[in-house]
Amino acid sequence: MAEVDDSNKPLFAGLSDVSISEDIPVEGEITVPVGPSSQDDAYSTLDEPVKETILRDLKAVGKKFVHVMYPRKSSALLRDWDLWGPLLLCVTLALMLQGGSADSKEDGGPQFAEVFVIIWFGSVVITLNSKLLGGTISFFQSLCVLGYCILPLTVAMIVCRLVLLGGSGTVSFIVRLVMVVASFSWSTFASTAFLADSQPANRKALVVYPIFLFYFVIGWMILTFSPSS
Amino acid sequence: MATPDALKLKEFEETSELLFNASSVSTNSTVSRGSVLVPVEGSVKLDMSEDDEEEGQEEKSELLGGEREFSSFWTFEYYQSFFNVDTLQVLNRVRGSLWPLPGRNIVKRHLRSNPDLYGPFWICVTLVFSMTISGNISTFLSQMGDPKYQYRPQFHRVSVAAVTTFSYAWLVPLGLWGFLTLRQGAERQTGGYSFLETVCVYGYSLFLYIPTTMLWTIPLEWLSWLLILVTMAISGSVLVTTFWPMLREDTKTVAITTLVTVVLLHALFIIGCKLYFFQTAVRTGRPSSLLLHSSSNVTVALTSAAKES
Repeated sequence: MAEVDDSNKPLFAGLSDVSISEDIPVEGEITVPVGPSSQDDAYSTLDEPVKETILRDLKAVGKKFVHVMYPRKSSALLRDWDLWGPLLLCVTLALMLQGGSADSKEDGGPQFAEVFVIIWFGSVVITLNSKLLGGTISFFQSLCVLGYCILPLTVAMIVCRLVLLGGSGTVSFIVRLVMVVASFSWSTFASTAFLADSQPANRKALVVYPIFLFYFVIGWMILTFSPSS
Repeated sequence: MATPDALKLKEFEETSELLFNASSVSTNSTVSRGSVLVPVEGSVKLDMSEDDEEEGQEEKSELLGGEREFSSFWTFEYYQSFFNVDTLQVLNRVRGSLWPLPGRNIVKRHLRSNPDLYGPFWICVTLVFSMTISGNISTFLSQMGDPKYQYRPQFHRVSVAAVTTFSYAWLVPLGLWGFLTLRQGAERQTGGYSFLETVCVYGYSLFLYIPTTMLWTIPLEWLSWLLILVTMAISGSVLVTTFWPMLREDTKTVAITTLVTVVLLHALFIIGCKLYFFQTAVRTGRPSSLLLHSSSNVTVALTSAAKES
């Protein structure tokens, strides 16, 4: 074909001369193996026992609890976010705040729904605030961090209820005050360590203040819990 | 079979297409470098992701006098434009609301380029919680000596405080802005405050209430009323100095009535908060009144005050 002059030939004329010789194999799979589908065989979780499924999630939640209690610059909390931990903590806290003085409906402590709404709606508002100010963290990562950092306050709540079993005088109040102040500072410090890096430098304080307010209000609810006597 | 003419036409089309793509690519790159006010393909986005661009954006928005209705209402960037403030700017605005001077208009001095929603919103939230918590503490302190008294957190007051504060801080500016816009509609198109600036002024003027509510926990009656007077003087004058330039051109009666209404509503808000949340007037030895409904608490307080006088 090289000797033929190309100038007078129509476009793509040469292609009709190409023939597929029979010794080139053209059989085979048309489907292209997509990456995840080949990994699914290794990670297929449909057939495992239920205990294993639950334990895996519990272990993930527990690992994040450890990260909150000892805040280091690790990205485990951010990378594998989940909302099980925050839900667990929120429900525990709301239930423990329930046994308070409830003989007068109006003057009692926060109802379950009020605690729930404050925690979740507060987290959403703080996340929106940080995103509107130009933060680079994603919505659910931020919810995850804020929820997990309630852990010190939940621990303080448990300790406060134990202290209140021994009486509710001035000494117990001082002990509870110290506990709540310490855990509130811990929560704020832990969540700031995770969230502050994603903000532009000149707006860090604008993002940290609502977080401070959020944990302050939760701390206040814990401190003012008075059991029905 | 393709003819040579068809070939040339096709080549021409391809070349012109390439040229068009090149020009649109260059426009896109200009937009992404920070000139956010050029409409490209029907939608404009305010690019907020780089810090160096913020100064440029502020200059441009100052030139346009604060107009920012370029992004569509339904994009995230539209709302992001209301939070385009730094820590220092917020602090300056707060400081401006604390020291009002007749010559200095908070809007012109601080807000004209960039009204924000961060300040009003978080000041309202802080005020709600400071009112509730301080009220709780003051009730506790005033009842501490009474053996029959059992401490209650009174958490339902958060809902009451939130509804009151947010209605005051957002509905009153709405009404005022509507009224001012109507009055100015026929005469001047520019120079009026936008709704955002009105909300901003009200929000920052409420900042002074936060330390006031905290100081109300001190159970001295004369101190509370003195604080109310001082707060009203300062934050009322912020509002008056802001709105006086708008009303100066109007008839005397309308101007005076509007300003009096603004100050009166402000006073009602603060006095209402004081009477509802801080029951220092109940220290006449009637601990049972704590369990009554809140409105009857006020009645009891007033009747006891009347009986004493």
